[in-house]
Amino acid sequence: MTALINVPAKARRGDVIEIRTLTSHIMETGFRHTMDGALVPRDIITSFTCRYNGTEIFRADLFPAIAANPYLSFFTVVQESGKFEFEWIGDNGYSSTASASITVE
Amino acid sequence: MPATRRQFLSLAGSVTVAGTIPIVTMRPLEATPAMLSTAIRNVVGEASIRNGKVKLDIPPLVENGNTVPMTVSVASPMTATDYVKSIHVFNEKNPQPNIGNFYLNPSSGRAQFSTRIRLADTQKVVAIARLSDDTFWQVAADVVVTLAACTEEVN
Repeated sequence: MTALINVPAKARRGDVIEIRTLTSHIMETGFRHTMDGALVPRDIITSFTCRYNGTEIFRADLFPAIAANPYLSFFTVVQESGKFEFEWIGDNGYSSTASASITVE
Repeated sequence: MPATRRQFLSLAGSVTVAGTIPIVTMRPLEATPAMLSTAIRNVVGEASIRNGKVKLDIPPLVENGNTVPMTVSVASPMTATDYVKSIHVFNEKNPQPNIGNFYLNPSSGRAQFSTRIRLADTQKVVAIARLSDDTFWQVAADVVVTLAACTEEVN
């Protein structure tokens, strides 16, 4: 598990909640050189998706300008208890997932 | 004695060399404002972009361009008929003009997100929101960067 997810454990129906995610990744820009002048190949996360009970609620296309260890926070309205699923996809076949549950009263 | 054409040209040439070469060798990959407007047009198309509605929270002075916190929010009721579809963030002087595209929907409840970005130089950051009626709204912020990101050497 390389991701930190912060989702409230409980909420009332119709509440707007904040979701915070942080995942570990170098986000190598592809614009840096080594001391002897060789270009360091790009290695970034290009896409982040959050689904709630299977429905996409937030998505982002990421570029090299996103800092290392990408942090994203966003909001959603919760209507029923369920599971958030997070997916990061990137260069060189990188893929990572995480999930978190919420109880809605 | 009046300067000859040859003397004038050699003088002009040396001024040009002194004035441009160091900049070119230090920043070979800088995005230009032309690249910025092309990147914006790729998203917006021919639609006009109005100022307003969008708020960009970013420090005006950052010491380390490798991690700059940024929050974008849009004044929108976020109802099923009036909501923010997407927010696109661009920069002026990184090697590449794109920072990120962020897609929302009515169930977002609040049109806001936060992330951390890299800035290679003192420059302008632009956030553009696309609303559900396909109008575009923008805001720009100037950021002074002390330590640049992106183009440093890897040790």
